[in-house]
Amino acid sequence: MDQFLQQIINGVQLGSIYALIALGYTMVYGVLRLINFAHGDVFMIGAFVGFYAAKALKLTEQPTLGGALLTLLPVLLLTMAVCALLGLVIERFAYRPLRRAPRLTALITAIGVSLFLVNSAQLIFGADPKFFPSVTPQGEAGTLQLGRVTIAKDQMILVISAALLMAVLTYIVNHTRMGKAMRAVSHDADAAALMGVNIDRVIAFTFGLGAALAGAGGVLFASLTYAKILPLMGVQMGLKAFVAAVVGGIGSIPGAMLGGLLMGLSESFVKGAPAIGGFEPSRFADAVAFILLIVVLLIRPAGLLGRFAPEKV
Amino acid sequence: MVFLKRAALTAAVLASLLFLSILLSSRLQDVVFRVVMLSGIAIIMAVSLNMINGFTGQFSIGHAGFQAVGAYVSAALTVYGHRTLFPYLPEGGILPNSVQGFLAGAPAMIAAMLVGGVVSAAIGYIVGLPSLRLRGDYLAIVTLGFGEIIRVVVENTDAVGGPRGFTGNIEEGISIPGIASFFWVYLMVVVVILVARNLRFSIEGLKYLSVREDEIAAQAMGVDTTRVKVNAFVLGAFFAGVAGALFAHYEQSVLSSSFGFVRSFDFVTMIVLGGLGSITGSVVAAVLLTALPELLRSSLGQLGAEFNQYRLVAYALLLIILMLVRPQGIFGRGEIDFGKLWRRRQTAPATVGE
Amino acid sequence: MVQVRLSRNAFFRLLAPSLAAACLLSVGCKPADNGGAAGGGSAAAGGEILIGHFASMSGDTSTFGVETDNGVRLAMKEINEAGGILGKKVRVDTQDDQSKPEEAKTVVTGFAADPNVVAVIGEVASTRSLNAAPVLQRAGIPMVSPSSTNPAVTKVGDYIFRVCFIDPFQGSVMAKFAREDLKVSRAAILRDQQSDYSVGLADVFKREFEKLGGTVIKDVSYNAKDHDFRSQLAQVKDAEAIFIPGYYGEVGTIARQARELGIKAPLMGGDGWDSEKLIEGAGGAGKALEGCYFSNHYSKDDKSNERSQKFVEAYTKEYGKAPSGLAALGYDAMMIVADAIKRGGAAERDKIKEALAQTKDYPAVTGDITIDANRNATKPAVVLEIQGAEFVYKKTIQPEAGA
Repeated sequence: MDQFLQQIINGVQLGSIYALIALGYTMVYGVLRLINFAHGDVFMIGAFVGFYAAKALKLTEQPTLGGALLTLLPVLLLTMAVCALLGLVIERFAYRPLRRAPRLTALITAIGVSLFLVNSAQLIFGADPKFFPSVTPQGEAGTLQLGRVTIAKDQMILVISAALLMAVLTYIVNHTRMGKAMRAVSHDADAAALMGVNIDRVIAFTFGLGAALAGAGGVLFASLTYAKILPLMGVQMGLKAFVAAVVGGIGSIPGAMLGGLLMGLSESFVKGAPAIGGFEPSRFADAVAFILLIVVLLIRPAGLLGRFAPEKV
Repeated sequence: MVFLKRAALTAAVLASLLFLSILLSSRLQDVVFRVVMLSGIAIIMAVSLNMINGFTGQFSIGHAGFQAVGAYVSAALTVYGHRTLFPYLPEGGILPNSVQGFLAGAPAMIAAMLVGGVVSAAIGYIVGLPSLRLRGDYLAIVTLGFGEIIRVVVENTDAVGGPRGFTGNIEEGISIPGIASFFWVYLMVVVVILVARNLRFSIEGLKYLSVREDEIAAQAMGVDTTRVKVNAFVLGAFFAGVAGALFAHYEQSVLSSSFGFVRSFDFVTMIVLGGLGSITGSVVAAVLLTALPELLRSSLGQLGAEFNQYRLVAYALLLIILMLVRPQGIFGRGEIDFGKLWRRRQTAPATVGE
Repeated sequence: MVQVRLSRNAFFRLLAPSLAAACLLSVGCKPADNGGAAGGGSAAAGGEILIGHFASMSGDTSTFGVETDNGVRLAMKEINEAGGILGKKVRVDTQDDQSKPEEAKTVVTGFAADPNVVAVIGEVASTRSLNAAPVLQRAGIPMVSPSSTNPAVTKVGDYIFRVCFIDPFQGSVMAKFAREDLKVSRAAILRDQQSDYSVGLADVFKREFEKLGGTVIKDVSYNAKDHDFRSQLAQVKDAEAIFIPGYYGEVGTIARQARELGIKAPLMGGDGWDSEKLIEGAGGAGKALEGCYFSNHYSKDDKSNERSQKFVEAYTKEYGKAPSGLAALGYDAMMIVADAIKRGGAAERDKIKEALAQTKDYPAVTGDITIDANRNATKPAVVLEIQGAEFVYKKTIQPEAGA
């Protein structure tokens, strides 16, 4: 039973990261109907920016949790700003000219941007793994024991931060004018334009917001217990997060959160599954994401919380 | 009369392919020959993908998965079936570059291609089925997902080496035989182009095009769109499987990392660069995108890995710029009509189909 | 009568590809003499001996390649300063395989196509060696792996050698250490399912540990590309010691996450841990990997060997830091190849291969090397303990007689 609980905790933690990245995918899809393949790489860039910022600020391990959070905060904010900027640049130069182009063209461009980011990162940062300096207390001081279940304080911070960010996002989307504009554009872009919404501004804002979230995800991921950063880390994470977004219903913000959580939980359970006879389900952890995807899509073709817009002739 | 003419033409083509095969593999520099072979395999992949994406308008971005299936299944056949089916093949897997060598390898190669293609086509059928309920982007993700699932399954099948790759049965010293010569690769290139061309310009092909243009209208006109879509997947997957068999038996080793979604993207890039729906475009782009990186790498390889990274960045930039500047690709939807060019008359000015 | 008249447009569209094909064929053809060389210049065959070295200079296991290359180059420098071999200077051409098996194969294919390359050194990782070896075996070029320990590598063919011990021995070393020194009876294994090295070593450890009376309570796999190992770690919480035969890149993260899960048991590993970056991943010195052990080929603290001391001095002078086991093995590999050339009398592939097979009691830095009938070397292993940022020598374990 405690193993079960442990896996749930791991799953929630993993899922929070997936959710943060998935939100970016789903928001961009909502307003542009575009799968931004480069999004996972923004996550990676976030991790690297955070790493170099941490190095520059000479962060070292803090004795208390509060101290650790305080030192991480500037890194987080800086990274979010940089990534938001990156998102805006990508949108302006790679996607805006293709607003009216066929979908496959935009898809290819997205792939091109993704390749560009990954290879530039390899060129600039080198392909060797880098290790984020640990800022939070380690060892005994860093864990919480609840009976037989161990929670690392890092894990808690990660989940809480992710939840906070998602709460902020939900507020922006549901209670601000810009959020209303985003929802309008994702519902019907032409109608929104006719109502006086500045489409370009809204789309740029959406991109920036999604990128900031991905960047935050990158910093949280790298600084809290995962430590190892590689230029290629965005690819696999991005793919799974994207699948999470689709499972939840692409275009739906609560869907992305739900999808991310589901993805994290299922991956955690599969990886932690004991071997049955000679069959080790944990080796198929990577495939789980896609099996989940196919199963969900076959039952609910628009995703769990998605709305299937009927095709008008 | 026509039959004799066709038969003679076929015989001539086969003979010249065989001649070229023996000549080129001994005369060309290793690097160049490698480029030629890899380009041929890429052409088969690109044209077969074009049948799904270009003709039928489906978003299939997991094509490398079909290639993987063909590669692994055919390699397993020739290696594990060595004792029972092909004992006359050398265990080290190297065949002499002569007519005898060719004849020795022929039945094995045909078997490998057939088995690889058929199994891959079966997988293609399974992948095409969700097209019943899914459209556009969703189908794209599912195809990507299938590609990944195939990769994970292969990586966990120890009989084919798992993630460490398959080079043969190391315990018994049987390697994957290198029976994919120039002849076979380019014979299949010719076949796939012919099939694609015949499909494109036939009544059946019109159904595919109609599904691409407007699926609802096609359905309204009585076209069984689901059957058309599934057929496209099966056909495309079959040839991808054949390409996989050829790849496995040329490299004599199969690494699951060669068939990831990055590779699938390569093929999608090829057909978009060449022009979706254009067979000529797929051929040209496949050759270009295979030959250029290989040649650049080998000639600049001396300058170290740094340059390689620059090349990859430049490649990505080129892709983006291409999409911004000429998104319909080089050929758009048209083809070079060689027949028309041949029959040019003095009076009429030349127009190439656009 | 069909008149064939091409318009200018069509003419060019046909001309360009035909011209390209013609150019390609004429330029791409091999020169008439000795069957062609790959593009790019190689040294004049008369004045120097060309040795190829393929290594992971970049990528996931970059320290492996860089350190081995340092050792190889130091040896090359010393050989050349002493006058070369048979009067000729040695040149080592190092190619980066980016820690990827396909790249290793491609790079080695380049070596195979170059008639001036008489021997190849490489690789550290067994998977990459396994991918490259068939190519070199087919081309008839002797390959000397400095540190691949998976037994399958030398089974590829009679041109493939190694100067280190193999995993059937290495696995038993840690099993023995765990039972006798750490007094562990319940151990768990965490293996990288994608690495030949890890899988092979894990299997041996399991076998040997159980033969010595211990029990392996859990044997779990992970994927090195993953970032989260907690699910697997949760399964091995109750072990007295955990054997993790992986590479340094992920071991640090695994250790860190293990400690966070409250696992206090000592962790053990193999020579894949040998890297200056190992501790970094674990959160720094004195953290998650403190007090853990791993088996290795060599320890710079080993004072029993005079050659070893001289090597450590020379290496530290040249590179500014102490050599790792891999650097020592790289050095030894190069030295043994040079020795084989000398004994064989000529810098020719077959002669080198024969001489290598006959290497007996060669005084190498990492011990006396005798190449046995399977082209492996029988050598003792050392167990190192991680204290702070240092790998401290703990003990030496000799191979059983006849092992």
